[in-house]
Amino acid sequence: MTFSPELEAKFAKLLETYPPGRTRSAVIPMLLFAQDEVGHISNELIEEVAKRCKVTPLQVDEVVGYYSMLHRKPMGKYHVQVCTNISCLLTGGEELYHHAEKTLGIGNKEVTADGQFSLEEVECIGACSWAPAVQINYEFHHQVTAERLDQLVGELRKRQ
Amino acid sequence: MLYNEPSPLEVKIVTKRFGLPNSASLDTYLANDGFKAFFKAIEMTPEQIIDEVKVSALRGRGGAGFPAGLKWSFVPRTSPKPKYVIVNADESEPGTCKDRLLMENDPQQLIEGILIAGRAIDAHKGYIYIRGEYRYLIDVMDRAIAEAYSRGYLGKNIQGTGFDFDIYTHTGAGAYECGEETALLDSIEGKRGIPRMKPPFPAVSGAWQSPTLLNNVETLSAVPPIIRDGGAAFAALGTPKNGGTRMVCLSGHINKPGVYELPVGFNLLRMIYEVGGGMRNGKKLKAVVPGGSSCPLLTADECDIAMDFDSLAKAKSMLGSGGTVILDENTCMVKFALRIMKFYAHESCGWCIPCREGTTWLKKMLQRMHDGGGQKSDIPLIGELSKNMLGRTFCALGDAAAMPTISIVEKFPEDFEAHLNGHPCPYEHSHEAVLV
Repeated sequence: MTFSPELEAKFAKLLETYPPGRTRSAVIPMLLFAQDEVGHISNELIEEVAKRCKVTPLQVDEVVGYYSMLHRKPMGKYHVQVCTNISCLLTGGEELYHHAEKTLGIGNKEVTADGQFSLEEVECIGACSWAPAVQINYEFHHQVTAERLDQLVGELRKRQ
Repeated sequence: MLYNEPSPLEVKIVTKRFGLPNSASLDTYLANDGFKAFFKAIEMTPEQIIDEVKVSALRGRGGAGFPAGLKWSFVPRTSPKPKYVIVNADESEPGTCKDRLLMENDPQQLIEGILIAGRAIDAHKGYIYIRGEYRYLIDVMDRAIAEAYSRGYLGKNIQGTGFDFDIYTHTGAGAYECGEETALLDSIEGKRGIPRMKPPFPAVSGAWQSPTLLNNVETLSAVPPIIRDGGAAFAALGTPKNGGTRMVCLSGHINKPGVYELPVGFNLLRMIYEVGGGMRNGKKLKAVVPGGSSCPLLTADECDIAMDFDSLAKAKSMLGSGGTVILDENTCMVKFALRIMKFYAHESCGWCIPCREGTTWLKKMLQRMHDGGGQKSDIPLIGELSKNMLGRTFCALGDAAAMPTISIVEKFPEDFEAHLNGHPCPYEHSHEAVLV
């Protein structure tokens, strides 16, 4: 597979990061950084990461199955993650999640027909004191109301 | 960046540079006592550094509260293998959002803390394991690390002292379990995050089978002030055996949620009513999660308590990770217990059967109870099933799921009884989200 020069530079740095012979340590960061660029983790990507980290494809695949941020299927261009864990639950996170389902017209871990949005009900993302919290891709949004969520989605729709 | 107004009741030790212009820059750090502790540590022997941390009564800020100096002393003095310092920045205990601020606002303080720990255990490499959701902090820390290298505060012969040290960031990819230190080690080795059998403890055989010191971000961030101003000064801020300050993350039904640095041992009621501005909408206090979702809950009557490790242990709860969640009288405790259990069922790594099966069964029972399909005999059964998980797993995740559940069933039986005989939830929440 071919990647952007920026990602190749990241990969090269990763392979230098761990002690000699410990390239397996680079598997998880490499998968996540690659997913950010290519969208999801395909069989081809698993083979590629396995080759670069000198491990078997199975050793890569079992990791993909374990970590919740690694996706075997394409997610939307904008992955909307609504936290409903305790601090968010107490401040309306669950209602916000249901509102997001309506606004986007999709359910948990589903993708809109145009591939622009996906939705996920997530566990604590570390924004408890500024709940309810939403992460769109990697960007945090704090104290999100239903109106604010609609506004954020509206802005992203325009950006497509 | 700061997300809430500071409180006048705060005692700012690890957050003292928060809010300064460019607080994350090396220049701001150097102009405000930065790296003074490092130069002091270079003049000290490793034993003297460890003793100073012991005197400070600093206890692990990740949740377990283990005395930091003692942990440092477990790393063997000599080792044929290289030693490592690993920072646990996998902050994912529900209710906790403080390490994020320490890295965002003062990354150089963390770097200095890692250097001093490295000097104390004779390590020359450090890794910062940052949870995947905190991607922007990988960039923040990488920038801070690059700045420190460019000015000779990292790398070979740091500031002419002859001490070499390298720091790298490492990203997780979404797994609560990886906050458990041995699961974190498997994760940094590129595997599924599953807890290891102890012993050997990480201090003896950790990352890549080498002696490894693992500390939370806040623990290591407290080290520069301890070495700079002395362990005794830090210890004096807290209560006996509970030194210093701690970052308290107030959330839930409170007027001024936020992260506040308060002396260890600060009274919980004062936290709620003076620091946190009291209950939202003038509602009555019902319960408090003292330090993250793993902790047994306190009832309103139990909240006149000093927030230190030993007082909370005496009250059969835990100080945990500093995530203090406030619940008002309108909170359905069945729903709350259900949400906690959904979390643990989702995050159980599946290695130990009591945890894997126990969390899933408890989730189903609590769901049925909340939906009105519970029987009276389910109430003690939920407690019993939880107790069967205690102490029967490799790591603390099973206990973490059981402990709050036991406390909720025992302290709020009337909420469970109100859901019996097909009664719908008497509280407002009516929706049920699906978490796969």
